[in-house]
Amino acid sequence: MDPRRTARTVSGPKVRQVGFFTPAPPERSISDPPRFQDPIQPPSPSPTQVNDHSPSGNSLSPVMIPPAHHHSDNFLRTALQVTSPTKAFSYSAKTVTIPPENEDVASSFSPGRKVFSAKSPSSFPGVKASSVPASELTTVSVVNLPPGISEKAGGASVEVQNDRPVSAKTLKEKTSKAERRALQEAQRAAKAAAKAEGTKASSAASKVVTSANTKPSKAAKSSSQKNDGSQVAASEKKGGDRAPEKDRKKDAPHPRMQYDDKSRVEKAKKRAVVKQTEARNRVELFRHLPQYEHGTQLPDLETKFFELDPMHPAVYKVGLQYLSGDIRGGNARCIAMFQAFKEAIKDYSTPPEKTLIRDLAARISSYVSFLIECRPLSISMGNAIKFLKNRIAKLPLALSESEAKSTLMLDIDRFINEKIILSEKVIVKHAVTKIQDGDVLLTYGASSVVEMILLHAHELGKHFHVVVVDSRPKLEGQLLLRRLVRKGLSCTHTHVNAVSCIMQDVTRVFLGASSVLSNGTVYSRVGTACVAMVAHAFRVPVLVCCEAYKFHERVQLDSICFNELGNPDAISKVQGREEINYLDGLVNQENLQLLNLIYDATPSDYVSMIITDYGMIPPTSVPVIVREYRRDHLWS
Amino acid sequence: MWWRSASFILDRQQEQNTNLPPNPESLLLSSPPPSMADSLQNPKPDISAYYQTRAAHHAVVTSDWLAQAQAAVSVQTNDDVSSGSDGRVAPTCGGTGGDNKTFSVIDEFNSWRKQPDLAEAVAAIRALAAVIRASQATTMMELEIELKKASDSLKAWDATSISLTAGCDLFMRYVTRTSALEYEDFNSARYRLIERAEKFGEISYKARRIIAMLSQDFIFDGCTILVHGFSRVVLEVLKTAAQNKKHFRVFCTEGRPDRTGLRLSNELAKLDVPVKLLIDSAVAYTMDEVDMVLVGADGVVESGGIINMMGTYQIALVSHSMNKPVYVAAESYKFARLYPLDQKDMGPALRTIDFGVPIPSKVEVEKSARDYTPPQYLTLLFTDLGVLTPSVVSDELIQLYL
Repeated sequence: MDPRRTARTVSGPKVRQVGFFTPAPPERSISDPPRFQDPIQPPSPSPTQVNDHSPSGNSLSPVMIPPAHHHSDNFLRTALQVTSPTKAFSYSAKTVTIPPENEDVASSFSPGRKVFSAKSPSSFPGVKASSVPASELTTVSVVNLPPGISEKAGGASVEVQNDRPVSAKTLKEKTSKAERRALQEAQRAAKAAAKAEGTKASSAASKVVTSANTKPSKAAKSSSQKNDGSQVAASEKKGGDRAPEKDRKKDAPHPRMQYDDKSRVEKAKKRAVVKQTEARNRVELFRHLPQYEHGTQLPDLETKFFELDPMHPAVYKVGLQYLSGDIRGGNARCIAMFQAFKEAIKDYSTPPEKTLIRDLAARISSYVSFLIECRPLSISMGNAIKFLKNRIAKLPLALSESEAKSTLMLDIDRFINEKIILSEKVIVKHAVTKIQDGDVLLTYGASSVVEMILLHAHELGKHFHVVVVDSRPKLEGQLLLRRLVRKGLSCTHTHVNAVSCIMQDVTRVFLGASSVLSNGTVYSRVGTACVAMVAHAFRVPVLVCCEAYKFHERVQLDSICFNELGNPDAISKVQGREEINYLDGLVNQENLQLLNLIYDATPSDYVSMIITDYGMIPPTSVPVIVREYRRDHLWS
Repeated sequence: MWWRSASFILDRQQEQNTNLPPNPESLLLSSPPPSMADSLQNPKPDISAYYQTRAAHHAVVTSDWLAQAQAAVSVQTNDDVSSGSDGRVAPTCGGTGGDNKTFSVIDEFNSWRKQPDLAEAVAAIRALAAVIRASQATTMMELEIELKKASDSLKAWDATSISLTAGCDLFMRYVTRTSALEYEDFNSARYRLIERAEKFGEISYKARRIIAMLSQDFIFDGCTILVHGFSRVVLEVLKTAAQNKKHFRVFCTEGRPDRTGLRLSNELAKLDVPVKLLIDSAVAYTMDEVDMVLVGADGVVESGGIINMMGTYQIALVSHSMNKPVYVAAESYKFARLYPLDQKDMGPALRTIDFGVPIPSKVEVEKSARDYTPPQYLTLLFTDLGVLTPSVVSDELIQLYL
């Protein structure tokens, strides 16, 4: 699914450099741009050659995050292997250059991308298409084209390969007879390899695939290089690892889908109501997270409103509000979701020949998956859903439908009241004791609880100053600031870059949290960790305010494994500032990845205290709360 | 759950206290005679009762003014009991029966407190047990309210003493939280309460022995122990180690200004333990030779840190930077639901400091008697619940209070 990488693989031999040219291959392999490597390898062995890298990419476990340089390394090696035997620049002279046509190809077949992605679900993006080598011959090389365009062309050329007939057509015009013949052979070989791969893959576990892949590579040993063998071995080993892992996966399904697991993503796509378009340039380190283009699906969804039978309108509405960002913040999203579920339960009637418990649980699950499609669940919502499902499962069978519905609705109300609203009040009560006259309080972003604390302390007549630290692109702090200033609090507004300057005047830092994990890690709006770290360095106590229902028993050490990615456009553009357009036209560049993280993880070392509805506790006591109260209060 | 938590109760109590002055009734009751609580709390207005207690128990030279104050107070209490304390302290006590009028939880507490070996919290626990015994209440609710009032008055008697507050809170939790109470008639329930109260008193009383036994594993032959302040638990630990024929030596800090270290060194010299006295500022100088630091605690707070005599924090800092273990010996009734964020985040316990020379009035004197040591500088806590890491304190507190 990564156009960038595919493009690179192909673009290597394709682009010729005319003029200044250094023929030393090792140097070339070290310096990044592979597209300056012009020699073309003999076509017939190359499909397998390229192919045998696919398992190594393929068998990367979805949980493991590949180091960013891994694939490019791999590729460089490929390029090296490919180039070194020939070392001849025979083709460089008779470059056929038709840049405009090339552009055409790129544009006309760009929709082919989708086909391409759908066709190869199991293989890893980097080196997936077995027909890749053929493209070297099909596509026309570009002389001295700016890198961006040539890359694009490369990407396009791959797509061409997937649409065989089309590529053949374009081919005829440009290639000589010998080349065509070579290409045909290549295609045949590729087809065979693909067939082998396909059948085996479908029949058995990926281990078999690996071996199938290695076989042709052995056959093509004549051209394969010294490190080929080691790679095969490595891939086999990885394949072997994978089988038990798959078993384990079956036993315990992963809490969140790993989006670099192709087969799962495909399955999920089939079920999906919301058709999210995937982002063009996905960020390497975060492939396991969904990366979508934002802002495109809303009108499409709105038109579907009347077609969607199983979705309750209230749920639908909430989902759309999540999608558009109208509802945000852990508590607000959770309450909105529960209100919608309440509506849905109210209008629910058990279909004939079905039991309420099972059918309603399934219904709720479908709602939840719809909401996930709109926006990944927050941990608080996950906990709330667990609560609701547990309540449904524990309904006595003897209960009539109306009774069951009313108990569930009462439960939902109780959850909202006790776990969210009341606990916020308790947190405010506790936190206010930590505010003294003359304090300078710093807060980051806009947390509803922190806002309540500040307002309540102000009502009590305490004299203190508030520093609201904010950050692009959301600038949520300004909302908070607006409300605080209206109430007459004395405030300072600054952005997160200035936090180290302002920190020396601060006496307390109050932070909200999306969740607190059981090792005390605070999972919160991106930038929180930075603020907490600076505060720690300045020896300012950091108080995290978080309701106990947001605690989670998971342990997380970094903010990579689980996170949410926002709209990358939000960081490339500044709203209302048209003159800041330095990135215009670069956004779709293959070598530019825009990363807009939503959350980060603050290590517990930087947190002095967590204020929760059970009182003020050190971060080390989070597991105690989870252990002692989850079971009693939330689960039963 | 939350409204029963101690910190919440504390907050509410604080609120009530701040609201108290404008309340005309309480003013009327407490102002005409010098009310007992007032007179007890400030014979000298700038010295907290907490410090007086400590001075009475630990100081080498018990100043005679304290003895006089004590005498004066006990006379006054007898006078005031009918008017002042009943109005303010235990109205139900006074209201229910005529013979009960003379009973005051504070008197009871003070009489227990006079025993030199009895900790303040244990005295409070015994006094509260006496409240149950002397109570004329006829319903469970009434008894509970009475108990609550008594413990509140005890806590108000000396708000700066952490162990007193914590002891009262723990007593309330331990004694009243039995599900068995709901199914029995009042008299047997009351009897059960008294039983539990006495048991709790017994446990608290034995705590020191348990700690001494537990900590023996950590004292090895030939070790050097640095001790700060005078703590009866620490003394018990060292005494037990000496009785077990362990060879160790003790460095005692001087413990200015009340010279608590002198007293400890006297006690240790009686046990034939080699002792060396240091001035307080020589801690870093001698830290090289020290194998471990052993301190007591006035209170163990929820973060796992301790509140202890002034100077503990800097000793902990020095030993932390030199990688020496810091052990704290503290009974579990000192566990308090407090969470100070920094040194200034708690009510200061003030004391007078005698510099030997007159200090000009323009010079300010830091009078705080104790400091807060954050948990990251502590290695282990020896408690009667076991040997704990600082983070377990919060675990125990949560289980006790919620």
